[in-house]
Amino acid sequence: MNRNNIYIGIRFILLILAQVLIFNDLNFYGFINPMVYIMFLFWYPIKENRVIFLLLSFLLGLIIDMFSDTTAIHAAATVSIAYFRAPMMRFVFGINYEFQSFRLEQTSMVQQLTFLTLLILAHHTIFFTLEIFSFAHSGLILKKLMLTGLGTLVLCFLLRALFSREKQ
Amino acid sequence: MQRIIDFILRYRTFILFLFLLFLSLILTVRSHSYHRSKFFNSANWISGVVYNSRDNITSYFKLKEENTFLLEENNRLRHLLFNRPFTDSVAIDSSEVGYEILPARIIKNSYAQSENYLTINKGYSHGISQDMGVITSTGILGIVEHSTKNYSAIQSVLNTKSNINAKIQNTNHFGSLTWNTDRYDVVQLEDIPRLVTLTVGDTIVTGAMSSIFPEGVPIGVVMDFKLETSASFYTINVGLFNDMTNLSTAYVITNLSKTEIEELESNIADEQE
Repeated sequence: MNRNNIYIGIRFILLILAQVLIFNDLNFYGFINPMVYIMFLFWYPIKENRVIFLLLSFLLGLIIDMFSDTTAIHAAATVSIAYFRAPMMRFVFGINYEFQSFRLEQTSMVQQLTFLTLLILAHHTIFFTLEIFSFAHSGLILKKLMLTGLGTLVLCFLLRALFSREKQ
Repeated sequence: MQRIIDFILRYRTFILFLFLLFLSLILTVRSHSYHRSKFFNSANWISGVVYNSRDNITSYFKLKEENTFLLEENNRLRHLLFNRPFTDSVAIDSSEVGYEILPARIIKNSYAQSENYLTINKGYSHGISQDMGVITSTGILGIVEHSTKNYSAIQSVLNTKSNINAKIQNTNHFGSLTWNTDRYDVVQLEDIPRLVTLTVGDTIVTGAMSSIFPEGVPIGVVMDFKLETSASFYTINVGLFNDMTNLSTAYVITNLSKTEIEELESNIADEQE
């Protein structure tokens, strides 16, 4: 148990509590409930074991599901973006994210925003498609996806500004 | 053999990903049948404890509002009590009691999804079991779907799987109540035949066709209705009496003759086969 693992654990629990106690009850504009727990995947270290990362993401989604009575939709969406996080990072940060010296804090704000947007877009697309589960309602899926996605993006960006370590 | 193991080791993250995705999809798809997976709902003890401790704190902020609700309800009940027809005796025979009522606190509510569930702080140790009706002082709320020792998950009327027997007050024209996910204060009443005369503002109450709710629990009023020339049934929008966004207490209804009714119904079903 080093310091990093403890940080990850604390972040895991706090993000779940924030999600289920605060953000699930926001109901802004009637239905916008930002899914801020995606920040766990944004902040998770890059060099860690990917198997553990996948399992943790699945567990995170499943716990959120348990609290919000959505069977396993959050879990499916979260595990998918956990798997596709590496290709997304390669797309946003270029090949150099694989180097030992790469740190998320050293990248530009635009790059971080793009990365976050990609994560949220993929997550919400899977989530709302599974939630509504029929293509007859594609208009509804699109509306929920866009508005909730925007809400999530704004809040995640604020969280990032609040809690990310300073640039060195 | 060596190559197979090499292959698995090389693609272990991808295989794990597929496995986890498959697992969550199975859990989701299976839940689209009538009753959901037993384990993944908010009636378990972890979420029960978390939501209950939140309720312990936030309930103080709503006390004033709740008092007003209670006063209104008391007022209504007293009105009924003082204006009932005069009788010189009171029936105390317990065999004549048809329903038992149990109060509960709603510790989690949702109305923004397409399948909404509520959680209450009473479970099977308080005598709650599946398929009991849940109402508030103003109207219908939902049906108990799953209960653990101290908590129960309730399928809200705002759930696409919900299907409740309802009728127009003072008539015997009944239909079923469903939800099309559009608005959290409007549900749909289907299967009312076209020969019925409807007016906007008619009250909709629960029907006598199910053993879950007593007959005549208020649901809402007819907001608007459509009747296409070729259709033989109305499409009716019903505005709910309940404010589904602001709920704190509920009553769980136990139908004491339910087992008897169900036995009878299963006998009939057996004979028909």
